[in-house]
This record gives sequence, C-alpha cells and structure tokens, in this order.
Amino acid sequence: MITQVITLDSFLIIGAALFILGILAVLTKRNAISVLMGIELILNAANINFVAFTFFRSYEIHGVLIALFIFVIGVSEAAVALAIVLNIYRNMQTVNLDEVDSLKK
Amino acid sequence: MAGSDIVFLLFAAITIGSAALVVFSKRITYAAFALMFSLFGVAGLYVFLSADFLAAAQVIIYVGGILVLLLFGALLTVKVSSVTVTTKSTQRIWGTITGIGLLVLVLLIIIRADWFVPEKDPGDIYFAQSWQIGRQLMTEYLLPFEIASILLLAALIGAMFMIRSEDK
Repeated sequence: MITQVITLDSFLIIGAALFILGILAVLTKRNAISVLMGIELILNAANINFVAFTFFRSYEIHGVLIALFIFVIGVSEAAVALAIVLNIYRNMQTVNLDEVDSLKK
Repeated sequence: MAGSDIVFLLFAAITIGSAALVVFSKRITYAAFALMFSLFGVAGLYVFLSADFLAAAQVIIYVGGILVLLLFGALLTVKVSSVTVTTKSTQRIWGTITGIGLLVLVLLIIIRADWFVPEKDPGDIYFAQSWQIGRQLMTEYLLPFEIASILLLAALIGAMFMIRSEDK
C-alpha cells in the first residue's frame, strides 16, 4: 500500500529520528539501563530502514531476514549487558556510569 | 488523505513521541513503559511494510522479552531506600550538539541520495510471507541461521556464568 504519505522517505525519516533519539540516550544518560534502552532504539531504527528498503526497492525479502538476525543480536546483547550491569551493581552499589570510574583512579 | 495515511501518521507519532519520552523522562520506569509503546509503534510500521511475521516477532521478542528484562534490571539495581529512580543526564550540551549534527547529516543523506529505483514498483507485488522466510532460512541463509543459534547459546551461557554468585 503506497500513497502520497507512505513513501520510502517517510520511513527513512522515522528511522533517522529513532536513531538520533537512541544516540542521545546513549550519550547523555547516566543510568546504565537507560543506555541499554537507547541501544534498543538504535537497533529498531536500523530494522525499519532494512525492511523499508526491502519493501520499496526490492523483489526479494533479504531485508526481512536481516531484520530477524538483528532481533537475535539484540536479544543476546540485552542479556549479556544486563548481566554485566548487575555485576557492576553488585561490586560498586551503583549503575551510574560516571561513578563507575575505578580504572581512572 | 486516505484513512491508511492517518493510521500511518498515528503510528509514526506514537513511535517517535514515545522514543522521545524514553530519552527525556526523569524516571526510569516511565522510560521503560514509553519504550514499550515505541516498540509497539515500530511493530505497526512493520505491518505497513507488509512484514506481518516481523511485526508479531517484534511484539513477542521485544515487548515480551527484552523490555521485561530491562524492567527487571532497572528494578534490581535500585536501592530500596531511594523512592524515585531518577535518570539524570550528563554532558547534555555535547550530547545535544552531536545529536543535532547527526540528524542534519542523516537528513541530508536521505534527501540528496539518489536511491536505486527499479523499473516496476515492487511494493504491490511484494509480500514477506512466512513460508518465504522459512524457506530462505533453510536454504540461502542456513549458515547465518546456525551462527545465530551458536550466538544465542554463547550469550545464554555467558550471561548465566557472569551472574552466578561467587560463594558456593
């Protein structure tokens, strides 16, 4: 279904907005969990771009499959990163990223 | 403006607005619930791209799995004494400058790039049906499929190994 509004450019702009918001979360948040949420936003932005290009510009479905693999990578990343964050909390009693600086001292 | 346009704009507004809430909200539980709406919005956008399998997978994996995991993480890493879980931000100025610069760059690329345009508009004939995805996974994408399974196994074992307690 392609109309005047639903075009490739509108999907790309949505993806760009999601990507920028994710980058902002990663750069400016103090809490490690918020940074992980920003990473999820970035992965979703990439997914939207893949599927949009597949839909508007291709006769194959490769973008959909790549999006599925990005799901897998996002799940693994969330699990391992959460384990790391919980370990940091156990050792330092904080998850604020600017207080986790024992390597700098 | 057709009805589908209005629904599309609604989903786009939900996605981007909730993502903005994730970034700018002060409390981490609010941010987690805003992330849920944002992921739902992305699932709706997948439906507009006629990738309905991907939309279902998005709801199951992201909303049902990753989001609950993040919420558990947010609630486990909080001292019980502190009532509100605030997520203050640091380096707001540099972050904003970088964000706006990247936004301008990406928008310039989107507007000025001249994308490949096929002769026939594929949007009308394309359908990412589930049987196509399954067939591709078992033929052309067999090696990435197996590598993904090994990655999942490694992530599972690694997370469990890291999170176990030291004292037996």
